[in-house]
Amino acid sequence: MSDIKKARKTLISRVLERNAKASPSERRAAFNNTGLAKPVSTLVDKVARQAYRVTDDDIAAARYSGLSEDQIFEIVICAAIGAATRQHDIALVALETAEGRQ
Amino acid sequence: MRLQILEKGHGLGTKFLFAVIRTASRQPVLDVIKLVKYRPDFYGAPMSDVTQEAMRGPSPWSIGDRELMAAFVAKTSQCEFCTKAHTAVAQAAYRDGTDVSASLSSPETGPTEEPLRSTLLMLGKLTREHAVDADDMRALLAAGASRQQIEDALAVCFSFNVIGRLAEAFAFFVPGPKAFEAGAKYLLARGYR
Repeated sequence: MSDIKKARKTLISRVLERNAKASPSERRAAFNNTGLAKPVSTLVDKVARQAYRVTDDDIAAARYSGLSEDQIFEIVICAAIGAATRQHDIALVALETAEGRQ
Repeated sequence: MRLQILEKGHGLGTKFLFAVIRTASRQPVLDVIKLVKYRPDFYGAPMSDVTQEAMRGPSPWSIGDRELMAAFVAKTSQCEFCTKAHTAVAQAAYRDGTDVSASLSSPETGPTEEPLRSTLLMLGKLTREHAVDADDMRALLAAGASRQQIEDALAVCFSFNVIGRLAEAFAFFVPGPKAFEAGAKYLLARGYR
């Protein structure tokens, strides 16, 4: 049966721990959607909650705050993976509970 | 796309690959490919491993079922690019003429049968509300889904909850149907790696 556990772990460790342009703390904050200052926090929160609401202005504001395109690329990816990971984990716990394993 | 690096920041070898794709398919290179090929060690390569396992790994769900789930997750998160892309793949993967559009527009009343119908509804709730609870899972188990089917569906959902967010945040260009048909042909023949 398909099993993404190992591949998901590798993906998360790659985006959070590998040497990159944004600092590990910025990437971790984007992943957790917490502890970032505006305007980057606005961009990250939209990616996490309603990504279709991200606008050109959100990206421009992140750039104007001093982030390079590579840093924005990394931060947006961390925000997307973080939000999807939380959803995935919540659903797996719900399944365990439903089956009486927790 | 909103970041120039994703349009023009690739290395020479990748630019050559894009030229080959354009020539062979007679279609523009899809933005999702430009994303996974940009600094692939950071995101594209490990994400492709996740998606390949979720979409093409061994599973009680058929490839068509999993592509339908991907399209439904994308539709729920209002990602036009992924909805069109994976509707095309699902339609091609179901060789029996299953009406994918009808299943997507109304999973409750459309042609989808159990346990796929209840699985789609659970994935829709998870994507829309960012959470499901044990009662949702009990209802899904009661509808006939096995634990393995639920875990596999959640793997598809994880992949497309990542990809859909990125498609919207980076503003993927949405091409015409022929480009998605070419993409579907490629994904069915070669998978996600």
